[in-house]
Amino acid sequence: MDKWSLMTIAVLLGLTVRWTVSLGSYSGAGKPPMYGDYEAQRHWQEVTYNLPINQWYFNTSDNNLQYWGLDYPPLTAYHSLLCACIAKLINPDWIGLHTSRGYESQPHKLFMRATVFIADLLVYIPAVIMYCCYLKETSTKKKVSTALCVLLYPGLILIDHGHFQYNSVSLGFALWGVLFLSNNWDLLGLVLLIKIAVTVVAAFAMCWLPFCTEAEQILQVLRRLFAIDRGLFEDKVANIWCSLSVLIKIKNIISPQTQLKLSFAFTFLSLLPACIKLTLQPSLRGFKFALVSCALSFFLFSFQVHEKSVLLVSLPVCLIINEIPFMATWFLLVSTFSMLPLLLKDGLLLAYIGTTLAFLTVCTASFSIFEKTSAEDLQLKSFSLSIWGYIPWLKPFPKIVKSLFLVSITLMGVLSLISATLNPPQKLPDLFPIFVSVVSCLHFLIFLMYFNIVLLWDSRNSRNQKKTN
Amino acid sequence: MRPATAAFRTVPAGSPLPVCACAVAPQRFCQGGCDMAVAATGGGSGGWFPALALGVSLLKCLLIPTYHSTDFEVHRNWLAITHNLPVSQWYYEATSEWTLDYPPFFAWFECALSHIAKYFDPEMLVIQNLNYASYATVLFQRLSVILTDTLFIYAVRECCRCVSGKRIGKDLLEKPMFVLAVLLLWNFGLLIVDHIHFQYNGFLFGLMLLSVARLFQERHLEGAALFAVLLHFKHIYIYVAPAYGVYLLRSYCLTENKADGSLKWSSFSFLRITLLGLIVCLVSALSLGPFIVLGQLPQLISRLFPFKRGLCHAYWAPNFWALYNAVDKALAVIGVKYKFLDPEKMQKAAMTGGLVQEFQHTVLPSVTPFATLICTVVSILPSVFCLWFKPQGPRGFLQCLILCALSSFMFGWHVHEKAILLAILPLSLLSVQRAKDAGLYLILTTTGHFSLFPLLFTAPELPIKILLMLLFTVYSFSSLRTLFRKNGPLLNWLEILYLTALVPLEIFCEIVFPLSPWKLKLPFIPLLLTSVYCALGITYAWLKLYVSVLTESATVRQKVE
Repeated sequence: MDKWSLMTIAVLLGLTVRWTVSLGSYSGAGKPPMYGDYEAQRHWQEVTYNLPINQWYFNTSDNNLQYWGLDYPPLTAYHSLLCACIAKLINPDWIGLHTSRGYESQPHKLFMRATVFIADLLVYIPAVIMYCCYLKETSTKKKVSTALCVLLYPGLILIDHGHFQYNSVSLGFALWGVLFLSNNWDLLGLVLLIKIAVTVVAAFAMCWLPFCTEAEQILQVLRRLFAIDRGLFEDKVANIWCSLSVLIKIKNIISPQTQLKLSFAFTFLSLLPACIKLTLQPSLRGFKFALVSCALSFFLFSFQVHEKSVLLVSLPVCLIINEIPFMATWFLLVSTFSMLPLLLKDGLLLAYIGTTLAFLTVCTASFSIFEKTSAEDLQLKSFSLSIWGYIPWLKPFPKIVKSLFLVSITLMGVLSLISATLNPPQKLPDLFPIFVSVVSCLHFLIFLMYFNIVLLWDSRNSRNQKKTN
Repeated sequence: MRPATAAFRTVPAGSPLPVCACAVAPQRFCQGGCDMAVAATGGGSGGWFPALALGVSLLKCLLIPTYHSTDFEVHRNWLAITHNLPVSQWYYEATSEWTLDYPPFFAWFECALSHIAKYFDPEMLVIQNLNYASYATVLFQRLSVILTDTLFIYAVRECCRCVSGKRIGKDLLEKPMFVLAVLLLWNFGLLIVDHIHFQYNGFLFGLMLLSVARLFQERHLEGAALFAVLLHFKHIYIYVAPAYGVYLLRSYCLTENKADGSLKWSSFSFLRITLLGLIVCLVSALSLGPFIVLGQLPQLISRLFPFKRGLCHAYWAPNFWALYNAVDKALAVIGVKYKFLDPEKMQKAAMTGGLVQEFQHTVLPSVTPFATLICTVVSILPSVFCLWFKPQGPRGFLQCLILCALSSFMFGWHVHEKAILLAILPLSLLSVQRAKDAGLYLILTTTGHFSLFPLLFTAPELPIKILLMLLFTVYSFSSLRTLFRKNGPLLNWLEILYLTALVPLEIFCEIVFPLSPWKLKLPFIPLLLTSVYCALGITYAWLKLYVSVLTESATVRQKVE
């Protein structure tokens, strides 16, 4: 079968799964007074359509910022405006100022789902296809399997098409960025750097231009975007601060300012090695691993992280799924699992089980991950050579890794089942979400170490490439 | 004798699938590291099959929250009836309008299910709870379809073993057995009819395919028993019974042929026919026995064959009668326009036909159930004769089975559009073997599946049906084209044109028409267009298959001579 038929089939499978998930429930369905992210997005459409642009980010009598006020950058607001214009054509009630608050109906759900679906189809999916087509030194089938696995990644599907958000737009743009960078990698020089800088500045200017009428506007937008007063973490997120709070209540001990500094210091330190390595030995492969490592550092240590932010880490991990299929699959499964409490709250259990198992099946079938657990497959060759002398008992490495994976999968499965079926003890209502967070956080820490090791011990990259060139 | 052209090869059951040679392919081939073919076969014993089956089962799970039709309530009602009432009242109970109208085995099957259902939601087992559809009920019913599909999966595996793996050494994706597994497991029609619309066709087709596979493996008695059981699960399969009967008599009871391939009555085995008869009688006794003892056989039969329903279903199945109705309607319109006919005499009902069950013909003579029976029998006869006089082994049997199914679809009384699956699924087996059948298969499946579209008319399911249809169509076209790369194009330009025109037809029916002013005046237009347009393709495929089978047997005869 030719490449494009296979690619079409992969895309169609991805789209089918997306739409079936979107038939399910969404965040805050039928839960007044605050509802959820679905209502937030609808409310933004209402606000952006009915109010002049200089009131979008301000608390006015028509714009109560306490009720899902805009706190995303301007491009998101423009996107809401675009959706609102289409909504207006179909049914003006959907975006009526004040009157439409908490609006829910089947046709409206269909409309909202369709906007996500189309955004995904226009931005994210083409980027994935392009990325996979431009993978070097890979067979057609490997490209298609990579595309299929990336498109079936359950985390993004469940959050965008189940919970309801437009992450695929932002992640899609990020992917387009990676794509263009990697295509021009060999040419990257001073001229290009200036070009890039100009492009970035121009793009920023375009987005921010309407807000540049007065300084107060820009400041207000920035204040909305970087809401420092919200605290170190929110809900039960699988990062280090939330997990530590089981032992130490950091939030109560240290002042918010110190928390901010502490988290900044940790984040900075943890992403330093990857950045230094990339600066000294730049390579495309190193760039992808550094993306993973930086994103993961931010997720684990930075201030005010949402559980959904793990998608930012998952995207770069998806990009290296063809290089380290076993570890990438493992990570992607853990990242989906880490959002379990959120998904359960939204009533997406069935979709969670279905998409996760489907993803595992596809990865197993197309990458035969269980046979790729040797040190070489995990890109740990050079690291292992330097360390085997000290720890000889690690010789049966592939077997250990495989059994660790199985233990981890079983643990996640059991925890998922328990959180879905059992009621937590009355004294500890958050018991299961905490368990999920801590387990995922431990996984993520190990993954951070792993990705850093791969990146730092990667010796073959730049020099070898230059030789072959 | 068996002609050498028969491409099917029997592989003894229990032997592993031919080892995928990709696993031992030279390093050059595996260098990609994660080549899907190499990877999927894993140890070489066919790791791809569980992956395919598991994948489609998970997709089915994702379809659980989709729309379900009244058939959902039909089966819930049957659960309640069989759970609460004694056997003697099963075929009399009429609280709901959806009375039990499947044979006894299916009733027992529902009875067995009901004993699990009570742990999900006992309320669904109350006969008076009409249209009860709590989440637990939906979950239980959907899961029961998904889990009973295991039989279908097993049957597909057995069928794949019957397909010769002569292309060993090639890429996995280009092996006939892989293509066949996908075409059957991921069949679009089965997915939407069973897992969205809601029915239990999966395990029933599983029984049928399993019995076909057993005949291919020369385990005739087992095949016959399976088919007898199937008939007592759902009697629509009686359409293909002639193929079974004739094949078993001709190729099993008659143990030898004369040198020229004609009948040799002296080789008739009485032991074999007794065994066959015994099996059929035993199965029938098990199923119908209790009702014969109770003296309820007439009541049972009146429930199973409700001739009170109209010639065509509310939505015309795309068969000969759809064309007949359309011609009638066209003649009526032309007649009124040019004043051949008196508009006073034309009933109003006739003009809105397509929405009402009873369709009054205005120009052409009305059709009686008996007439359709005659038409069906006449259309089946040539294929049966062909099977009797020119037996070509299991392959000939399969062709006859498909022709029987298609012929009865073309001329049967009150045929449902879903019945096209009865031809499509067995034809998949042939399609991976010969380019000619592959071309036919593409026409028949694409039109047949398209004609299922009106089953799902709700807005949220629109993207699903289009996506799944595209998925299946893209796969079947590209995989079969790759499989028969050397045989040139599978379809001629006219066939391609016909199939391509389905796209504008769908756009017109689903998008343009609802926005146009005709929606209120002529609401039946989309259904009428779909039905008539698909009827053309299916009729064409039927004729082409008939011609191909009859001419093929002629060439076989010439060869023998």
